[in-house]
Amino acid sequence: MSASKTTYTEADYLAVDEYEPKTSGGRIANYMDKRVAGTGMVREFGRKVFPDHWTFMFGEVALYSFIIVVLSGAFLTFWFDPSMATTRYDGSYAPLQGLEMSMAYATSLELSFDVRGGLFMRQLHHWGALLFVMAMAVHMLRVFFTGAFRKPRELNWVVGASLLLLGMGAGFTGYSLPDEVLSGNGLRIIDGMLKGLPVVGTYISFFLFGGEFPGSEIIPRLYSLHIFIIPALILVLIAVHLFLVVVHKHTQYPGPGRTERNVVGFPVGPVYAAKAGGFFFIVFGIMALISGTFQINALWNYGPYDPSPVQAGAQPDWYIGVFEGVLRLVPGTIGDLSLDWVIPTPWGGNTVAFPILLGILPVAVLFIGMFLWPWIEAWITGDRKERHLLDRPRNAPTRTAVGTAAVTFYMIMWGMGANDIIATHFSLSLNDITYWSRVLIFVGPVVAYILTKRICLALQRKDRETALHGHEAGVIEVSPDGGFHERHQRLSDHELWTLTSFEAPRPSGPRPNAKGKVTAVEKLRAGLNRMWFEERVAPVTREEYQQALEHDHHDEDGGLEAAGSSQGRITRGGD
Amino acid sequence: MAEQGNGESGAAVTGGEGGSESSAVDNPGLPPHRPRLADVDEKAAKRNERQVSVLFLISIIGTILSFIGYFVVGQTEGNLGDLRLQNTLLGVGTALAMLGIGLGVVHWAKTLMPDHEIVEDRKPLRTEEDRAEAEQIVTEVIDETQIKRRPLLRNTLIAAALIAPLPAVVMFRDLDRSDDFGPERMRHTLWDEGVRLVRDPTGTPIRASDLTIGSAMHVIPENLPEISSHGERIAEKAKAVVLLMRMNPDDFEHTSPGRENWTHEGIIAASKVCTHVGCPVALYERHTHHLLCPCHQSTFDAAREFKVIFGPAGRPLPQLPITVDAEGFLVARSDFTEPVGPTYWERGEA
Repeated sequence: MSASKTTYTEADYLAVDEYEPKTSGGRIANYMDKRVAGTGMVREFGRKVFPDHWTFMFGEVALYSFIIVVLSGAFLTFWFDPSMATTRYDGSYAPLQGLEMSMAYATSLELSFDVRGGLFMRQLHHWGALLFVMAMAVHMLRVFFTGAFRKPRELNWVVGASLLLLGMGAGFTGYSLPDEVLSGNGLRIIDGMLKGLPVVGTYISFFLFGGEFPGSEIIPRLYSLHIFIIPALILVLIAVHLFLVVVHKHTQYPGPGRTERNVVGFPVGPVYAAKAGGFFFIVFGIMALISGTFQINALWNYGPYDPSPVQAGAQPDWYIGVFEGVLRLVPGTIGDLSLDWVIPTPWGGNTVAFPILLGILPVAVLFIGMFLWPWIEAWITGDRKERHLLDRPRNAPTRTAVGTAAVTFYMIMWGMGANDIIATHFSLSLNDITYWSRVLIFVGPVVAYILTKRICLALQRKDRETALHGHEAGVIEVSPDGGFHERHQRLSDHELWTLTSFEAPRPSGPRPNAKGKVTAVEKLRAGLNRMWFEERVAPVTREEYQQALEHDHHDEDGGLEAAGSSQGRITRGGD
Repeated sequence: MAEQGNGESGAAVTGGEGGSESSAVDNPGLPPHRPRLADVDEKAAKRNERQVSVLFLISIIGTILSFIGYFVVGQTEGNLGDLRLQNTLLGVGTALAMLGIGLGVVHWAKTLMPDHEIVEDRKPLRTEEDRAEAEQIVTEVIDETQIKRRPLLRNTLIAAALIAPLPAVVMFRDLDRSDDFGPERMRHTLWDEGVRLVRDPTGTPIRASDLTIGSAMHVIPENLPEISSHGERIAEKAKAVVLLMRMNPDDFEHTSPGRENWTHEGIIAASKVCTHVGCPVALYERHTHHLLCPCHQSTFDAAREFKVIFGPAGRPLPQLPITVDAEGFLVARSDFTEPVGPTYWERGEA
């Protein structure tokens, strides 16, 4: 696209038509090339190199499960009628015959009982949706913990985070469509949460439901979101996401032969295409197996939506669990003090529903933090470099610790979404689980942060020792003077490179701005920077390695190679 | 596509803060390639070829299995056993069909296609010239519009563009076309003086003697089934559902002034709509007089006017004042004296 010629001779134009292909394949290619310039695509992608690693599959799983969900969803649309008009059920499922219900529920039952394969497709659609969000979440964790979101991929991280949110939105709008008791109560909770928003909440609820909850509008509105608006947005963002992957080229793990300037891997044609294409069928096959053998959302058990009945132990789809859990976590009253606060006003007061707002807050912080993370981290570390080599999680101890703290924070809220199930299955007190979780939500992330950082640093020290002294060979030797030593096996240069080719910067300290002043914000940054880099295990330097080799050499004079742990020197902060 | 780059040229980057150590060894380059069995032994390659073909054949069998599930099991006519069999055959059949192809192709790629890793350079991004050229184009384009020289154009355009989308937003107003639009309607339910409490869903009225001490009943107002529109009926029901309990009158621990005659011989009625986010508070524990919402476990004490004793609800359940009519059937004394259901901004004090 750049540095292209700006002037062409007549011969250049004529040359396009002169080429005469010999084979039939060539003729087809030539036809396409003259019209859509296809050879450029083949030249670009035909042998494009993709790095290979099992953790790079999660994004693929997400893409493939989205395709599965689109295919199965398209099938369902041919029978499902998203209408809240009432009908009397006369399908083949006897227990519900004669009951008044919405067309949405009746056609969901028709799909389950009277359309052959309809139940299979429904289950494939639902399991596929669960996997879609799960795969995106795991993919994001991979990207986070390996630092793949760093420059130049920050915007693609935001695209990915948006896809995660959209996936959850797609899932929830679909979950509510069959209009039975379970999904109706899910909508009831949404309605209650909307009403808890100050100033605008009541009206948002009215507009969404077309009046007071539940009204007779919500199903068709959710349907329009579920099959058109949200999938269209997902599709567009997937296109952007993949386009940016091509623009940036894929990241790769550090290792021998890999640098910031190259990509090492398999070419698209044929190896990568075969593996990735085959993998689509594998994902599809596994989803089909699950959908054929594990029941999900047996909606004929619930009955048509009615505001009065409710099941105990009802659970939302897994990705909604965090919202559900945090709603259970926040207390509504502290002693006799209600958290529904009334602001006195001349017109009779306004009410702030803190039990709802305090529930939305932690999830909002988590998601906003997720979106902004690439910039937060770059601001703290001061790293402005392009990063195409991934971090092994242990080599970025603070990031890994922050990540596990966030995951712990999430998991406690998520687990609270199943506190009733945990209580019944483990014979625990529901109230105790809730009380403990109210403490854990504050303590858990801190403990996770400290533990993870310790573990990362310990793993780095182990790496360092291995690099300096080699692997334990499992051979004990006795020296002439009666000492016992274990023989150590030196690493190959390839292995050594993998263990030592990382950066462990030192804290940078506050820097004055252009006016020579150290601002409060800069002080904060410097403080965070110190927290980030202070404890460090430096990679083995050339001098250290040479010393270790010499050390070996001296030992060999005595016929032995030995490395006691006393020599496993550990470089600590400021060393 | 071919010239897509990474946005910044490599030479210009500065080190991370604090710098890094020189590595113990120089990058040794790719590890030596180890040939696979199939690379050196044509017999092994032949074996791999057969394995891949077997997987493809398994796929064909899977497809046939799906057809058996569809046609041989046929219409299940509400028979759950047949349905389960059909679903399993379709699922397992499809799974074999897909896994056969997928595993076959991957096995093929891993054993027979070349496994030499290729090194490709990352293209050095945009050059300084490219960027300067682009910048110049943008500057020229802006100059040619004269937008900088003529602020009137710019300002009026911004104003117009800002308000132009507003009609599109306003047009969503009719998402709610109800006649009684606004939060005021949330203060009223179908309950009123003299409205009988009837069983849900049969609609039969209730005498005090129908309830023994410790029992509970799901109740709707008698005028609810008269509403013909399903949407309106269900919206009214969502506000009017009531849980009716009978306790020993001595067990009431607290009665506020003005509520002395809201119960009848130990019979007490509460809105079933949770004050947290509106789930039905459907579980009643007779020994403790506690009501539990199964969604988020808000717990209310019926002996203390449904005071919140656990969970996320911020307010007690609204109590429905009841009495009996001339025929001895339970009726409401009035509507609820406060809005039922979740807290909302306009709710205010009562």
